[in-house]
Amino acid sequence: MKNQKHRIGYLLFLVGGLMLSATAHALAKADNVPTTPVVATPASGGKAAEGKQATKQVKKSTADHTKFKQLQKDFKNGPQVTKACLECHTEAAKQVHHTKHWTWEFINPVTKRKLGKKNVINNFCTSVSTNQSFCSACHVGYGWKDDSFDFTKEESVDCLVCHDTTKKYKKLPGLAGHPNYKTMEWPPHSGKFREPTDLKKIAQNIGKTSRDTCGACHFYGGGGDAVKHGDLDSSLKQPLRYLDVHMDAKGLNFSCGKCHLSDSHEVTGSRYAPTSVDDKGALMRGKTSDRNPTTCVACHDNAPHKEYAKLNDHTDKIACQTCHIPEFARGDKLTKMTWDWSTAGRLDEKGKRLRVRNSAGQVAYDSKKGDFTYERVVIPEYVWFNGNVKFTLFGDKVDGSETVKINQFMGGPNEPDSLIWPVKVFRGKQPFDVGNQTLAVFHTAGKDDAAFWGNYDWEKAMEAGMASTGVKYSGKMAFVETEMSWPITHMVAPKEDALTCAQCHKENGRLQNVAGIYMPGTGSTPILDMLGFAVALFALIGVLIHGGIRILTSRKEA
Amino acid sequence: MTRIYIFKRFERFWHWSQAALIMFMMFSGFEIHGSYRFFGFENAVTYHTFSAWMIIALWVFAVFWTITTGEWKQYIPTMEKVDAMLKFYLTGIFTDAPHPFKQTTVSKHNPLQRLAYLFVLVVINPIIWFSGWLYLFYNDLSVVGLGGLSLEWIAFFHVVGAFMMLIFFIAHVYLATAGHTPMAHIKAMVTGWEETD
Repeated sequence: MKNQKHRIGYLLFLVGGLMLSATAHALAKADNVPTTPVVATPASGGKAAEGKQATKQVKKSTADHTKFKQLQKDFKNGPQVTKACLECHTEAAKQVHHTKHWTWEFINPVTKRKLGKKNVINNFCTSVSTNQSFCSACHVGYGWKDDSFDFTKEESVDCLVCHDTTKKYKKLPGLAGHPNYKTMEWPPHSGKFREPTDLKKIAQNIGKTSRDTCGACHFYGGGGDAVKHGDLDSSLKQPLRYLDVHMDAKGLNFSCGKCHLSDSHEVTGSRYAPTSVDDKGALMRGKTSDRNPTTCVACHDNAPHKEYAKLNDHTDKIACQTCHIPEFARGDKLTKMTWDWSTAGRLDEKGKRLRVRNSAGQVAYDSKKGDFTYERVVIPEYVWFNGNVKFTLFGDKVDGSETVKINQFMGGPNEPDSLIWPVKVFRGKQPFDVGNQTLAVFHTAGKDDAAFWGNYDWEKAMEAGMASTGVKYSGKMAFVETEMSWPITHMVAPKEDALTCAQCHKENGRLQNVAGIYMPGTGSTPILDMLGFAVALFALIGVLIHGGIRILTSRKEA
Repeated sequence: MTRIYIFKRFERFWHWSQAALIMFMMFSGFEIHGSYRFFGFENAVTYHTFSAWMIIALWVFAVFWTITTGEWKQYIPTMEKVDAMLKFYLTGIFTDAPHPFKQTTVSKHNPLQRLAYLFVLVVINPIIWFSGWLYLFYNDLSVVGLGGLSLEWIAFFHVVGAFMMLIFFIAHVYLATAGHTPMAHIKAMVTGWEETD
C-alpha cells in the first residue's frame, strides 16, 4: 500500500510540478518587467561628446573648411555662400535640384499622380500655394516666395540648412527661405531679437547632416515642435535609450542618415511611397541593389528574434513598427491630434487675435487657426498597408457628405505586399469649395489684405487661394471633416519595451479593429466555445448524477 | 478474488505522464485560446509548446512499445458485449449486478474502452496532433505546399480536438471509479495489479 500511495503521489507530483514550475516561471517573469520612466528628461549626451573631443582625436573630415579662402569672406546672404560652396562642390546644386527636398514634388509610382508638398493638401496648414514665403522656411532653397521662383538656379540651393553644425542657422517663416541677415524681432512681438546670421562662421563649420539639421524641419512639421508626425519631434535631438534605441545619445547615437542612406543628395525613405514589406533579408554591404536601405529588415533581416523564435512567425503579417513602436510621441512633447479650422477667426472684444491655452500650456485655440487637441504617448491606429498611399488631391470630388480621407493607406489582409502598420491618424475640419466640390486652397500667410492670418476673412482668403490654382472660387465654402494618416516608423523602443504578446492576444487587444486576421487568445470563436463547454458541462453533470445515484443505491444496500 | 498483473511498468509511466501532460496542455491551451488568464499568454504558449514536444517524445516511446509488445491488439474494436456494457452502466451498476466483462492480460479493456480508446487514437489525437503541427509550423507551411491553409481553420480544428479531449477526460476520470470499488481501477493503473472476481 505504501508503494501504491507513492505512485499516486507520482501523478500529483507531475501535474503539480508542471503547474507550480510554470506558475513560478510566469510570476518571476512578471516581476522582471522593466519600469520605464513616463516623463522624459532630456539626455545629457552632450557631456559624453565633449569628453571625447577633449582627448585629442584626428578629425573625421579630410577638409578643414576654416582654411578655405572661398569661405573667409563676409557673406551678405545665403546665395553668396552657395556660390562659394559650388566652387569646389561643382555638382552639388545640380544633384539637389533632382531631389524632392528641392522640387517638393513626387510622382506616385503606382498611380502616377503628382504628389509632394507643392501639390497635396493636408489638414494642418493645408497647402503651400500662395503661402510660399512662409512654407519655404523649410525649403532647401532661397527666395521661393511665389510661383515665379526659378527652380533651375544653382545658387538658390541652401547648403547650410542641412550642413550647419553650429546650430545657429535658422530659416524664419516669412523670409522665403532665407535666414535673417539683419537683427530681427523673433518670435514676432515677443520683444526678443535674433542677431544677424553669422554666415561666415556657419559656412566655415559645415559638416555632415545631423539630427539637428534634419530635425530643424522634420521635427517641426505642421507648424511647431511635434505637431505633425507624432514620431518625430525635438526630443529626438538628444534622446534617451527608451525613446529611440538607435538614436540613444549615450548608446548607438544614430544620425538620421544612418538609416536614411543618401547618395548624390538623394535621401532614401519616403512617406509618399513607403516600403511596406521588405522580405528580402539584410542588405549586404557592397551588394548592388535598388532596394530601400531605410527599412528595419535592411539591417535586421527577416528573422531577427533569436530568443523567442515564435515572434519571427509574425513578420509575414505585421510590420516591425507595430510591436517595436508601442506608442508615438513618447518623448516629452505633445503631438497635435486634431485641428478644427471651422472655429478660426473668432476675435476678442477689442477685435484682437485670441489665443487660449489648455492646462498643459498648449495653445488650444488660436484665432488664426481654430481649435486644437494634443496628446502624448499615443497608441497608434493599425491598418493594412501595401505601400500605396492614395491621396485626395485638389480637384478630387469632395461634397461634404462624408469624412474626406486626405490620404488612404491601401492594402488588405489577403494582399501579399500588405502588412499591419501603426499610423497616426490626424483628424481635422477644413474648408472646401462647395461649388467646385474640392478641398480648398486658401491664402493664409502674408502681409497682403487677402491673407486669413491678417484679416480673418474666409471669403478673401478663399478667393486668393483658389485663384492661384486656376480655378475660380465658387463663392460658397463650408467645412468638411478630414483624416490624414502618418506612418509611425521612428522612435523605435528598446526590445524590452516592445509590445508584449498579450497586448494583442486578448479580448479588445491592440489589433481588434484590423480586419481579416485570426488571433488566438481573443475569444473570437464564441459559438464554438459555447458549444464545446456546454457539451463538456453536460458530460460533467451527467457523470455527477450517475455517480450520485451510485452512492445513493450503494447506501441503500448497506 | 484473484489479482492479475495487467498494466506493465512502462505502460503505467506512459499513462500517468500522458495524463499529466494532457491536463496541463488543456489548461494552458484554453488559456491560449482566450478562455481565461492564468499564466499570461506568452508563458502559456511557451509551456504549451514545451509540453507538446514532451508528449511527442513520450509517444515515440509509447508507439514503439505498443508495436513491439503486441499490445496494439488491445485496441482492436469489437461490438460484442457493447450492449451489455451499456446496460451495465445504465442499470446494473446501481444494483450491484455482475460486471459483464472479465479482464485478462490479453484483453484488459472492456468493449467500451476499446471503442473509446480507439476513438481517441484514430480521431481525437489525429485532430489535435495534425492541427497542432500545422499550428506550430504555420509560417513554414508554404514550404510543404500547405501555404493556403488559414490559421483560423487550423485553430478551429485544434480547439475542436481540445473540447473532444476535455469531454473524453471527464468521462474517463469518472469511469475510472466504476470498478468493483471506486478506487479499484485507479489502484490498478498505479500498481499494475487488478483485482478481479
